[in-house]
Amino acid sequence: MKIFFSILLTAILTQNFVLAKFLGICPFLGVSKKTKTATGMSLAVIFVMVLATAVTYPINTLLVNNGLEYLQTIVFILVIAALVQLVEIVLKKYMPPLYNSLGIYLPLITTNCAVLGVVLLNIDNGYSFAESMVNSLGAGIGFLVAMVMFAGVRERMESSDVPESLKGLPITLVAASLVSMSFLGFAGLVENIFA
Amino acid sequence: MAEKKSLGKELTKGFLDENPVLRLVLGTCPTLAVSTSVESAIGMGLAATIVLICSNIAISALRKVIPSKVRIPAYVVVIASFVTIVQMLVKAFAPSLDEQLGVYLPLIVVNCIILGRAEAFAGKNNVLASAVDGLGMGIGFTIALFLMGFIREFFGTGTVTISLINDGKALWSPIFGENPILIFILAPGGFFVFGMLIMLANKIAERKGKPKAQLHSCKACPMFATCTSSEKEDCDR
Repeated sequence: MKIFFSILLTAILTQNFVLAKFLGICPFLGVSKKTKTATGMSLAVIFVMVLATAVTYPINTLLVNNGLEYLQTIVFILVIAALVQLVEIVLKKYMPPLYNSLGIYLPLITTNCAVLGVVLLNIDNGYSFAESMVNSLGAGIGFLVAMVMFAGVRERMESSDVPESLKGLPITLVAASLVSMSFLGFAGLVENIFA
Repeated sequence: MAEKKSLGKELTKGFLDENPVLRLVLGTCPTLAVSTSVESAIGMGLAATIVLICSNIAISALRKVIPSKVRIPAYVVVIASFVTIVQMLVKAFAPSLDEQLGVYLPLIVVNCIILGRAEAFAGKNNVLASAVDGLGMGIGFTIALFLMGFIREFFGTGTVTISLINDGKALWSPIFGENPILIFILAPGGFFVFGMLIMLANKIAERKGKPKAQLHSCKACPMFATCTSSEKEDCDR
């Protein structure tokens, strides 16, 4: 049980996907103007990450058993793309309210490096199925935390007086740098809790 | 002659005017993640350039065969194949680079620059022009990565180390002595240096009378083409 908490907290705080591992920067910078859209996008990411891990883990076992590890990249990206399409169709048909709030973000998630990243990292780290699922959930929640926090910062920035040359993207990145710095404070936290 | 001139333009537009990282703001994830040292930055730049040239050539050659409805999945398969090839080559001939790049090497598949060029250029132009475009954009990507890597390694360690030059020793002794500005190598430094570089690129572009670099929430994303029309309106909220 301890190891699951350790993996979960590491993925959310110390090894935050966006702020420490730089995965999923495009949506982090692009869709974080408003807290509402940031939350919607993040929920869709959590959903797809966990689902993608559940689907790719058995596929990976199959590939490894047949000595086809080198096909991982191709197979995973196709599986994720197909999965996202499928989820979109299912949601549209059976859960229209959920589709209306998440649907817009689903196509964007296919090429989101965070999803493919979490799947590949699970394999690199040699996690078991349960550990992989926990790690994916943690990575997704970490993404949500970073997105919502950053959206809050950006909403405030709209009304602040920014130097002319920094306006737009540069000040956004400087703000991201500061948010990321605050997460450095968590370094060593998980190791010490579970030591 | 006119043909030659335009090819030259295709090549050089990626260096600064349409630099994929600093002007179009694509491929931000690898730019931030692997720019902790000059060596890994150049390694990533070269790997992505090779994939970009090969996939541009293949997609351009197949552009009349691929039905437009399934073009995005087809592009992704082509790109993923080349990424796998590059991944195997790096693993075989440069294992230390493979270790440095780690998971970011296979993640070239989802690098927006490559799918973006396939969608915006290779799918519409002939093979030669696409190859040149891939080379130019790849060099532009490598330039941006090199700048990031150099600044971050310089301030973060006080010196620069490239294993192929000077027997893997530092090129000069660390100028900050025992106390380099470590934060530049850590994650916050990546965001900060990227922000400053974009500001500089904006300044240069401004002088040439071009607009500032913008992050289009959805339009820059290659998957934008697969969004339905009602979604496209929602995109820019």
